Amino acid sequence: MALGFFSRLKEGLSRSTQKLGGNIAAVFTRRRLDDAALEELEELLIAADLGPAVAGRVIDEFRRTRFGNEVTDEEVRVALSAEVARVLEPVAIPFVPDPALKPHVVLVVGVNGTGKTTTIGKMALQYGRAGVRTILVAGDTFRAAAVEQLQIWGERVGAPVIAGAPNADAAGLAYQAFERARAEGADLLLIDTAGRLHNKGALMEELAKIIRVLRKFDETAPHSVLLVLDATTGQNAIEQVRVFKEMVNISGLIVTKLDGSARGGIVVALAEAFGLPVHAVGVGEKAEDLRPFRAADFARGLVGDSVRLTASQPSADPET
Amino acid sequence: MFDSLSGRMTGVFDRLRTRGALSEADVAEAMREVRLAMLDSDVALPVVKDFINRVRERAIGAEVLESISPGQAVAKIVNDALVEALGGAGAVPLNLNAAAPIPILMVGLQGSGKTTTAGKLGLRLGGRERRRVLLASLDTQRPAAQLQLAQLAQRAGVASLPIVAGQTPVQIAQRAMETGRREGYDIVILDTAGRLSIDEALMEEVRQIRAVTNPAETLLVVDAMTGQDAVNTARAFNEAVGVTGIVMTRMDGDARGGAALSMRHITGAPIKLTGSGEKLDALEDFHPERVAGRILGLGDLAGLVEKASDTLDAEESEKLALKMLRGKFDLDDYAAQIKQINKMGSISGILDMLPGMGQMKSQLAGKDLDTSVLKRHTAIISSMTKSERRTPDIIKASRKKRIAAGSGATVQEVNRLLKQFDDMSTMMKRINKLGAKGLMRQGLGALMPKGMMPQGGPGGGRGPGQRPH
Ligand SMILES: Nc1nc2c(ncn2[C@@H]2O[C@H](COP(=O)(O)OP(=O)(O)OP(=O)(O)O)[C@@H](O)[C@H]2O)c(=O)[nH]1
Ligand SMILES: Nc1nc2c(ncn2[C@@H]2O[C@H](COP(=O)(O)OP(=O)(O)OP(=O)(O)O)[C@@H](O)[C@H]2O)c(=O)[nH]1
Ligand SMILES: [Mg+2]
Ligand SMILES: [Mg+2]
Repeated sequence: MALGFFSRLKEGLSRSTQKLGGNIAAVFTRRRLDDAALEELEELLIAADLGPAVAGRVIDEFRRTRFGNEVTDEEVRVALSAEVARVLEPVAIPFVPDPALKPHVVLVVGVNGTGKTTTIGKMALQYGRAGVRTILVAGDTFRAAAVEQLQIWGERVGAPVIAGAPNADAAGLAYQAFERARAEGADLLLIDTAGRLHNKGALMEELAKIIRVLRKFDETAPHSVLLVLDATTGQNAIEQVRVFKEMVNISGLIVTKLDGSARGGIVVALAEAFGLPVHAVGVGEKAEDLRPFRAADFARGLVGDSVRLTASQPSADPET
Repeated sequence: MFDSLSGRMTGVFDRLRTRGALSEADVAEAMREVRLAMLDSDVALPVVKDFINRVRERAIGAEVLESISPGQAVAKIVNDALVEALGGAGAVPLNLNAAAPIPILMVGLQGSGKTTTAGKLGLRLGGRERRRVLLASLDTQRPAAQLQLAQLAQRAGVASLPIVAGQTPVQIAQRAMETGRREGYDIVILDTAGRLSIDEALMEEVRQIRAVTNPAETLLVVDAMTGQDAVNTARAFNEAVGVTGIVMTRMDGDARGGAALSMRHITGAPIKLTGSGEKLDALEDFHPERVAGRILGLGDLAGLVEKASDTLDAEESEKLALKMLRGKFDLDDYAAQIKQINKMGSISGILDMLPGMGQMKSQLAGKDLDTSVLKRHTAIISSMTKSERRTPDIIKASRKKRIAAGSGATVQEVNRLLKQFDDMSTMMKRINKLGAKGLMRQGLGALMPKGMMPQGGPGGGRGPGQRPH
């Protein structure tokens, strides 16, 4: 089974040394990088969710520089992940709350179940530890027990949570919370929102309203709008980002669930299409499981140790 | 995206049409496009390959009906194969053939919609089917997960297992089944925490839960937006707990839902239900035909072809097609087309089936399509003389007045019809230049009188969504 980069990272050295025995033959066997080999690589990228078009472009680029060369799997792995990293490098931008803003207002948005609430919990821990005074807002007034979920996160990471009555107007709540955070001199205000599918106009309009209302208090707010994206998502992520960008002008992405077997290749397609910053990745359900997004690491995980050109026997020996 | 995809497919199939009979090379080219369409729809690569291999075999040498083009024939073969691969016609119901209390186990990745679906099942089984349902959350991982299910149970009007802090999931499962037996419940729905397919410890836990409860149904809950990873998830859960049914959630989104095919292919388990919203009543039976069209981005093409070949007079259509292609389409032919359209039933039903019409259809959603325009047009045309019908250019002011009086219409209406016919002829000429598009599709599409379209036309904004409560 294909493993995501981070899970492989966790399983650590023992596994890789184990594997080394099996792979060593392949690593030292050279194969001509011909059309068949490139097709295999392209399929590897498709299976990682880059999508056929983007995978094709990456491979075309790759073909230009390496076609016809004798290569080892290891060389392919390094070169191909470098090619992917090249696309990702410009979007690997950490999220840094602006200390001049009191508070830096962050609206966290996304489709249902991607990990918005969990990510807010994780961010509160991370920035709280760095001395940033963080307040959470339970802006999902719709889903069953969404408020309680964030409240538990608040207790867990030691951040105050502002909540309203069930089914309260999310925009009104956000406004009040902003006022209070400003009065208390907080540094960071993380506003949770209900999950919503981008193709539901009325729900998207609701988000736009939250922003309008926040701007009544301070027209520079929200200072960031973060879209939380599930790494298992396929090509529909492009439409998600397109519509959220159009409707609420998202400023950056956070990709969750990279601890699973999904490789998150859609991030490459998104980087190409939108160039939005990818701030961080979620690698587990615990408060500590948020990491900065690093292009090279991500690319290596994506290409992974699954680069193994199947026909990597020397062509002189057709027997094997 | 939707439109370009169906455009691409249509393009290939049209090229096939102009080339005549199906050759191996033609099929290969079409299969390349099908492959791309499926990958764009998130069908997993190994599943796509397998599917294409099977369809290719079927397509080469397949008999092509005279009434449809080879391109349409390939499209139909692809579509039929896809419907079949998705489980064939009709929905597969939940298996509730077990001694009460019947356990139903919900499993899946984090955030896929297990808890919500458990609530929906509670509403369906407890309400519509009048069973005594107990919901039990075995999720000790996610904050407030048990509370979430308890609240959903309350909304659904069914019972939920009292929350006892400190119990393990296996202990809760046992308690749920005991409670179910003791208190005479028909069905016990066991909601579990989300888990990753590679998380050995949690997969072992769900194995134990299964062992102590022996569920009649083990439902794998999957997000319709899932990409290539669907195969890993399907395989891991199937190996660990033996999936008996799949639930695809978030079908209310605009993902094409190729994961449905991947899941079905890997597990062999039927897709039983789909989630179409956050509301508890947004649970539907799975219809392979609809999802097949969605995956291919073609609309229900096969349905159209079938319907067309059932109801249309093939010879008549052919004659009209030829006239259109030669630019010799007159008002008599227009009247004949209207008759054909009427034979095929409602316009919106046809739109449903037309590729690339999805957008237009959503524009029309909820609005009543005025098919009476077609009837008026027929009446107006029947008040014309033979020569007028053949050469509409000669219809000037006095003739218009006569025709209007004869058909009980206004001169304005006659003008509109003529204008429309003129537009249509122009379009036909354009189509000719572009290389003959399939008559069935373009013919009907082009025949949509403008007066029948609600204001705005295709290409506008998204329709209003609805906040469920
Ligand atoms: N394995 C893993 N699970 C995660 C990660 N982030 C979130 N989750 C899990 O995903 C599930 C959904 O997370 P939530 O934070 O509730 O998602 P949400 O976007 O707030 O969901 P809605 O508010 O219902 O739209 C929970 O079970 C989380 O524990 C991650 O990085 N890795
Ligand atoms: N639009 C839409 N949203 C859905 C559907 N099914 C579930 N959801 C939403 O998806 C989110 C996650 O649903 P949950 O039921 O909490 O998912 P889960 O699988 O129980 O999550 P974990 O227990 O954290 O693994 C919630 O916001 C639900 O309202 C659906 O069919 N359509
Ligand atoms: Mg949430
Ligand atoms: Mg749950």
